[in-house]
Amino acid sequence: MSETAGAPAVVRLEGVTKTFPQGNVTALQDIDLELAPRQFVSLIGPSGCGKSTLLRLIGDLLEPTSGSLTVNGKTARQARNDGDYGIVFQDAVLFDWRSVAKNISLPLEMLGWERRRRRARVEEMLELVELAAFAEHHPWQLSGGMQQRVAIARALAFEPPLLLMDEPFGALDEMTRERLNLELLSIWEKTGNTVVFVTHSISEAVFLSSRVVVMSPRPGRIAGTVDIDLPYPRTVETRDAPRFFELVTGVRELLRSRGEHLLPEEEAVLE
Amino acid sequence: MTNAAVAAQPPRTGRRSAGVVRGLGRAGLVVLVVALLVGLWELYRWIWTTTGWTWPFLVNDTSMPHVWTIFEAFGQPAQINQPSLISVLLHKTAFTAKEAAAGFGLGAVIGFFLGVVLVHSRLLQRGFLPYIVGSQTVPILAIAPMVVLWVNPRLPGPLQGWGAVAVIATYLTFFPVTINTLRGLQSADARALELMRTYAASRWAVLWKLRVPASLPYVFSALRLAATASVVGAIIGELPTGLQDGLGGAIVNFNQYYSIEPQELWATNVIAALLGIAFFVIVVLAEKAIVRRAPRELA
Repeated sequence: MSETAGAPAVVRLEGVTKTFPQGNVTALQDIDLELAPRQFVSLIGPSGCGKSTLLRLIGDLLEPTSGSLTVNGKTARQARNDGDYGIVFQDAVLFDWRSVAKNISLPLEMLGWERRRRRARVEEMLELVELAAFAEHHPWQLSGGMQQRVAIARALAFEPPLLLMDEPFGALDEMTRERLNLELLSIWEKTGNTVVFVTHSISEAVFLSSRVVVMSPRPGRIAGTVDIDLPYPRTVETRDAPRFFELVTGVRELLRSRGEHLLPEEEAVLE
Repeated sequence: MTNAAVAAQPPRTGRRSAGVVRGLGRAGLVVLVVALLVGLWELYRWIWTTTGWTWPFLVNDTSMPHVWTIFEAFGQPAQINQPSLISVLLHKTAFTAKEAAAGFGLGAVIGFFLGVVLVHSRLLQRGFLPYIVGSQTVPILAIAPMVVLWVNPRLPGPLQGWGAVAVIATYLTFFPVTINTLRGLQSADARALELMRTYAASRWAVLWKLRVPASLPYVFSALRLAATASVVGAIIGELPTGLQDGLGGAIVNFNQYYSIEPQELWATNVIAALLGIAFFVIVVLAEKAIVRRAPRELA
């Protein structure tokens, strides 16, 4: 996105390495990455390439073994304490004992917002994810896709500049997933967050992102990045555009070029 | 989504009338089971008395009085010039219920507090849990006299006597609550804990917004156990204290006249059982009102 060129990076990693002492695994090696504001960046790669680890490092749920990592120009720890990001996991991780509205209100309670302000914001968020009719329902009464929309509303409720998503639609069926992709884009266009989106679906990554970061495993590295120049807003037709297929092929080839590292079942994931 | 939406919004009136039907069905089932048990009792009596079988014990009006004899006893005075047995027993029940309720409340609070402390320290868990478990292997009858001696002198006037019994009931109730609270607090989902971390949540916030709500189903299953244990604890606690105001005193008393008037002890037992059931039902109703969770068939 050209209008943000020159803006300070939201996330900056320099020479970040992460090793897990158990089993002496190098999950990530020497990662350099810079994310500009309002970018929608997907991290894609086969299992074991460290894409989730990278997301967790940005969220300060893990600490890098070496290298430097800043979020909004601060340490990741400081950014987490300041509520600079919202996160969505593969499972919605909603609290069963809270209604949909109360689930969305959880981070606002943690930030000490007063009741009236919380209620107003929860209402806005419910409109945003089109779940206003379900405010008083409990999570188990919702479908998987609806639960994930609640999780997105919860992650965005306190207007964090950064949204981290760890395979948020991985557990959903293909049709729900494609619909939620469209909804996520329309939400993103309204809120203007920087999004880091972990996936192992090439078409999902290309469809959503302004930039796709391709990773390869053992040890986890960045194989290359692909700028996605498809215009926003993207629609159902975007998936039929010749340029879409070219980009999908480009990403797939980048994944393949590191194919010697892949196990057979990981190869299958990429098909 | 439309399917889920329809499923998620059943008509309210439908839900209520279904609830009434289910409630009536359950009440009918209770009546049926009670009738069945009474029938079995009388059938057993009839077979053993008509055949003259004496195995495993001789059946007569002393060992197994008629159900109606037991219920008739409620209406008659236990001793001459006294009110009817039922009114005597109800007074004693109120007294024992007071002890049991105090013991239950105290045990629940102490048990919950211990669980919360233990979940935050692996060291304390390792150090104290064996003794907490060990405390329950000591027969309550063996320590009751000491508890009375230790506790009673420190109690203010209105608590004298029954307060010590409540402490004995506490001793029986705190244990299941501690163990299940600990388990329940540990049951919080790992990703939910991670989510709280992304909010930079304090320990206190994690405890009250995540761990405690997640623990409630566990805590309540312990409270159900504790409810009946507190009644048993109160009755047993009355024995060594020599208190005559409660059901325990009545049981000791009617024990002595069992060979002459067995129906009075039986009647007392029925009342004691009803008290235990009442405590249990109160906890179940409280659980229904407080705990919101997925219906089991969907979870």
